Amino acid sequence: MTKTMERRGMTRRELLTRSAAVTAALMIGPNLVAGVSGAWAMEVSHVSPQTMATLIQMARDIYPHDHVADDYYAVAVKSYDNADQAAMIEEGIASLNSAAQGLGHGSYLDTGWERDRVDILRAMEASPFFQTIRGGLVTSLYNQKAVWPLFGYEGESYSKGGYIDRGFDDINWI
Amino acid sequence: MAAPFDLNDDTVVVVIGTGAGGGVLSNELAQKGVSVVALEAGGRYLPDDYINDEWESFGQLAWLDKRTTSGDWRVAKDFSGLPAWIVKAVGGTTTHWAGASLRFQAHEFKTKTTYGDVQGANLLDWPIDLAEMEPWYEKAETKLGVTRTGDRAGLPGNNNYKVFEAGAKALGYEQVHTGRMAINSGDYDDRLACQQTGFCFQGCKWGAKWSAAYTDIPRGEATGNLEVREHAHVLKIEHDASGKVTGVLYADKDGNQHLQKARVVCVAGNSIESPRLLLNSASAMFPDGLANSSGQVGRNYMRHMTGSVYAVFDKPVRMWRGTTMAGIVQDEAKYDPSRGFVGGYELETLALGLPFMAAFLDPGGWGREFTTALDSYENMAGLWIVGEDMPQETNRITLNHDAKDQYGLPAPNVHFDDHPNDIAMRKHAYERGMALYDAVGATRTFPTPPYPSTHNLGTNRMSEKARDGVVNRWGQTHDVANLFVSDGSQFTTGAAENPTLTIVALAIRQADRIASELSKGNL
Ligand SMILES: Cc1cc2nc3c(=O)[nH]c(=O)nc-3n(C[C@H](O)[C@H](O)[C@H](O)COP(=O)(O)OP(=O)(O)OC[C@H]3O[C@@H](n4cnc5c(N)ncnc54)[C@H](O)[C@@H]3O)c2cc1C
Ligand code: SF4
Repeated sequence: MTKTMERRGMTRRELLTRSAAVTAALMIGPNLVAGVSGAWAMEVSHVSPQTMATLIQMARDIYPHDHVADDYYAVAVKSYDNADQAAMIEEGIASLNSAAQGLGHGSYLDTGWERDRVDILRAMEASPFFQTIRGGLVTSLYNQKAVWPLFGYEGESYSKGGYIDRGFDDINWI
Repeated sequence: MAAPFDLNDDTVVVVIGTGAGGGVLSNELAQKGVSVVALEAGGRYLPDDYINDEWESFGQLAWLDKRTTSGDWRVAKDFSGLPAWIVKAVGGTTTHWAGASLRFQAHEFKTKTTYGDVQGANLLDWPIDLAEMEPWYEKAETKLGVTRTGDRAGLPGNNNYKVFEAGAKALGYEQVHTGRMAINSGDYDDRLACQQTGFCFQGCKWGAKWSAAYTDIPRGEATGNLEVREHAHVLKIEHDASGKVTGVLYADKDGNQHLQKARVVCVAGNSIESPRLLLNSASAMFPDGLANSSGQVGRNYMRHMTGSVYAVFDKPVRMWRGTTMAGIVQDEAKYDPSRGFVGGYELETLALGLPFMAAFLDPGGWGREFTTALDSYENMAGLWIVGEDMPQETNRITLNHDAKDQYGLPAPNVHFDDHPNDIAMRKHAYERGMALYDAVGATRTFPTPPYPSTHNLGTNRMSEKARDGVVNRWGQTHDVANLFVSDGSQFTTGAAENPTLTIVALAIRQADRIASELSKGNL
């Protein structure tokens, strides 16, 4: 992970004192988003931490994998924290929040059930904002080498001599 | 060792593109003592350079110049700027290919006669037949080291194959085996046996899979008769007042333009670039493009009827281990119109890594229906469907004057609508593919839509009569005697089989013809 995105080993307590808001799994500070577990934190400089936290939740709702922790989703969207795209992201997340409010929730992050958040996303599925985020995630999430082992995928094999002696035909149940 | 030829040397044969067609043709001509300048738009990458990483490799090798799409095919929606998955590199798409190497069936050279009139299909018999092609197929199989031909053994089956084979046998299929593959099952032709690394699509780092990049190209260069100029992108073919071609204009890697003179020009840029180049070479004498008196240049674009079936099981498969595509069912390749369509299809094992699976399983898909499929990636098996699609005049490559490439030339637009026969065949193949996996306990199956075209065919088709197509039985254009087409765009119809063995067989045969016509002074 990069400088702005590292497992810092902060205690949960330290993080909690620095955070203004806590959602289910994300803590939001003045300039950072962090995992409630304290395992990771990410500083933001162009979009608000609230927006980044919402974007991370949106990423998970688009491609939900219960065995993949939030920090991988955070890595997948952190590149949007830049001067060129910040306005587009803020605007997109604002529309997500107003859609949530229209349905009687406080905000997208306050929408408790995934089912309800997915309804909000479905309604905006055709928007350029949604399609940009979804399309980007296909590579920014699934092409993270650190994610591959979580799906069992072994990646590069040449340096290990291929699979000729490492189980290319080891299936035993067929 | 590579012979440098002068730009003004008008005795050379110029070959445009160095893939399955152009790479083989260049070497075969060089072996016969013919002087060849091969111009290749891409750079040179060898096994040490190949990358065991799907997206990184794609970025290294893929042809990413501007292209546009139209038509009702799903690729136009899912991958609108990427109609085809083709390589830009010395060796062309033979770096990426999986190696499945099948001969056509006899009737597939004669579809107009066999299938009769199919509404909306521009069917035509090839001017050649299987009997004539057999010796050339044999030479091609020997060159490529195709398994299960000659005395070459088959490859061992990997995990993905074992699931596939069990399912196929449960359905009663009989022609089931690990394929006829241009992948060494034992050491052959100074190349290693397959090490089952599983990145066949990314370039074989062991050299176990045949690719022109490290076989035909260096061997041709070693004769001293072949010069391969890489990063040489041909923009236009020039001709004289008599209508014979005289040379080609190309841009080097710095964008500087050069004119290479030629005695003969052979076009082998794959089925999108080859017709585009002929169209972009229009002149006062040939206002509709070179060799286009029939109006067929760019038409009858075929891409094979394709699709995939992935299936999830309750136990691990780990399909990515080992060869990407060594497994086939051929029972459905026959001609049997009682199934509701003409032509046939093959089922072939296929594995994608996690990154490509995420992009291709259900393009545009999201939410739990999608992600629970990937959650079971380790328990997934997969197959690819490849069948004969119908040539249609309206499926075609045209010049898009609103979209320009990096040289300011009109980009190719690729228009494709599925023919009802293609749709009926795909439906049948999905059902059989899903049944195959259900038969061995799949808990979920996925009829996955076509990827960007890997097989691009037919856009300069071969015909007996000049009015029906672009080239004759030798790949020589009907209109211009010293202009040849040497790639898959020559295909009159597509057959059910993967095309490359036929492209290579035609290139070997064409080299023989060109060399003998040159020595007789006919060219
Ligand atoms: C992932 C994948 C898997 C495949 N698997 C199989 C398989 O198992 N079996 C099979 O039979 N086929 C397979 N194929 C298809 C096979 O690769 C092609 O059929 C074959 O390579 C086509 O040969 P070609 O000579 O027509 O074109 P290519 O091999 O694509 O070569 C064309 C070359 O021309 C160059 N070029 C184009 N335009 C210009 C220009 N203007 N100037 C200079 N150079 C130019 C390109 O850069 C390229 O190098 C596969 C393809 C892909 C992508
Ligand atoms: S599986 Fe075999 S053919 Fe494919 S890349 Fe690996 S060694 Fe080469």
